[in-house]
Amino acid sequence: MIAIKLAFKNLLGAGLRTWLNVSVLSFAFVLIIFYNGMIDGWNRQGRNDTQDWETGIGQFWHPEYDRYDPYTIRDAHAQLSDEITNQIKEDKLTPILITQATAYPQGRMQGIVLKGIDPKQKILKLPASDLDNAQDEYSAIIGKRMAETIKLSVGDRVLVRWRDKNGTFDARKIQIASIFRCNVPSIDNGQMYISLNVLQEMMNLKNEATLLVAGKNYTGGDIKNWEFKDLTFLLADFDKLIQAKKGGAMVMEGFMLIIALLAIFDTQVLSIFRRQKEIGTYIALGLTRSQVVGLFTVEGGAHSILAALLGAAYGIPLFLYLNSIGITFGTPDMGITIAETIYPYYSLGLIITTIILVVLSATIVSYFPARKISKMKPTDALRGKLQ
Amino acid sequence: MKKIAVIILASLTVSLSAQTADEILDRVDKNMSAENRVLESSMTIHGKRRSRTMTSKSYTMGDKKSFTEYLTPAREQGTKMLKLEDKLWIYSPSTDRTIQISGHMLRQSIMGSDFSYEDMMDDRKLKDIYTATITGEEEIEGRSFFVMELIAKVEDVAYHSRKIWIDALRFVPIKEELFAKSGQLLKRTTLSDMQKVQGRWFPMKMTYKDMLKHGDGTEIHITAIKFNQDIPAYIFTKAALKQ
Repeated sequence: MIAIKLAFKNLLGAGLRTWLNVSVLSFAFVLIIFYNGMIDGWNRQGRNDTQDWETGIGQFWHPEYDRYDPYTIRDAHAQLSDEITNQIKEDKLTPILITQATAYPQGRMQGIVLKGIDPKQKILKLPASDLDNAQDEYSAIIGKRMAETIKLSVGDRVLVRWRDKNGTFDARKIQIASIFRCNVPSIDNGQMYISLNVLQEMMNLKNEATLLVAGKNYTGGDIKNWEFKDLTFLLADFDKLIQAKKGGAMVMEGFMLIIALLAIFDTQVLSIFRRQKEIGTYIALGLTRSQVVGLFTVEGGAHSILAALLGAAYGIPLFLYLNSIGITFGTPDMGITIAETIYPYYSLGLIITTIILVVLSATIVSYFPARKISKMKPTDALRGKLQ
Repeated sequence: MKKIAVIILASLTVSLSAQTADEILDRVDKNMSAENRVLESSMTIHGKRRSRTMTSKSYTMGDKKSFTEYLTPAREQGTKMLKLEDKLWIYSPSTDRTIQISGHMLRQSIMGSDFSYEDMMDDRKLKDIYTATITGEEEIEGRSFFVMELIAKVEDVAYHSRKIWIDALRFVPIKEELFAKSGQLLKRTTLSDMQKVQGRWFPMKMTYKDMLKHGDGTEIHITAIKFNQDIPAYIFTKAALKQ
């Protein structure tokens, strides 16, 4: 307790030098929390958006289906059983039929994925009801990215060629009923959504689907002949991306922390060099060497406590403000799931982890120079003789 | 009574014309296919910005076996394709590997051209998979042509219907159009520069065009063709790919 009191007294007594160290450390503190908060916010929004637009709470795949292998699509479809049909009627499941096709916008050739969705589905945010409202039977909804890529607007018609289940070519003009905006490029890029019934008829695959998306109210268990894919599986790519970003962030945070800790380390070395008489006096007054080492270590480590307090003083209002307005990146189209406006998310775990990290590292860098004290001779120290 | 006579006459006419259509297809088959043939050709693929030309030598045995070796350009030189029945292998000299093209990969375009491996692989006779009817006769540049419509009678066929113009005297097709189920025209093949080779008329120039996309399609010029040659059996083996 004495050590802590003395440490704070000495720190405050050091004036500007202490506040410079504390400022740098507090900046590192705030930056670490801010950057991680941004990644956590992106992660939360990305996961929510992906669930809302693409995955639901999980999906049942036809056993042949592999999202990374387009060659599996042709054979990956099966009949919807009565049990599945009942779940669809209760809005617990929604079926999607997938096939490969080729679009010919303005005479160009572009490979696309044609997806059949139920216009009455309520599980995904896709504006499927626009297909019901469209005048043309062969109408489609596409995402903004897809619309830009193939240069189509609402009302435009594009020739699409596909093969039915027997491999026979068919081609028709499909009218764009609406264009949706979403933050999940995996449901937008190169994809065209048409009514499930129409695609089933086009493919000659009556009442069949490639996968089933489970809604939040889905309570049924496994479905025979369909493989359940949970969110861990479906969001694996996104999770890896976030992990990679966190790894990158750690390098940047590490540099910030090193700069701040270097300042504390320098201060400690200087203190021990300049305060040898004081160290000798402490020992002469009966403090053991380890108590004096402890005093100087606490003094160094206390920088981090002050940094946390200073960081909180300007960081909390700043974070609250950023959280209310979010941070807008315009309309990034990097092929990854990212919201236009990210609202940072500061979890209690993040704050506590950061405090522990900063306090612990500040204490460690304070301890190393202070160890020198244990090798000092008290008489020489009292005289202020260099050792 | 008169009505019945008309119906009988009409059905007789239909059956007669169907028979005639099959006969015409038979004569076309006889003309176009042989026991074997060796041909050298150049294929020009017209892209949006530039065109590429490659030359090749092909050996064909009936309609089940074929072997093609690309001779130029340098990038494609040594690339070989072997088709045996319903199997297709490609050898690439740059990787020194032979890969089998199967399943969905057969739907890919050959060397970026307007026709796919699948187009090359379908060796069933037209009359086995289509019901042919003569829809009319046309005169083009002073020559008379049968216009035939072929509608698929089996399910596993790439093109639901075809329209073929056949020279009424030479029994050589000069144009073929391939249609989707909806009736949309998908591809057009034009055959020209007819020459008599070993007693049969054969088109020395073929143009394949994907009608849905812009561009001038793919042209094939046959520079040399010989029928019924003595082709060594090892040509149609996988070992020949690496030689």
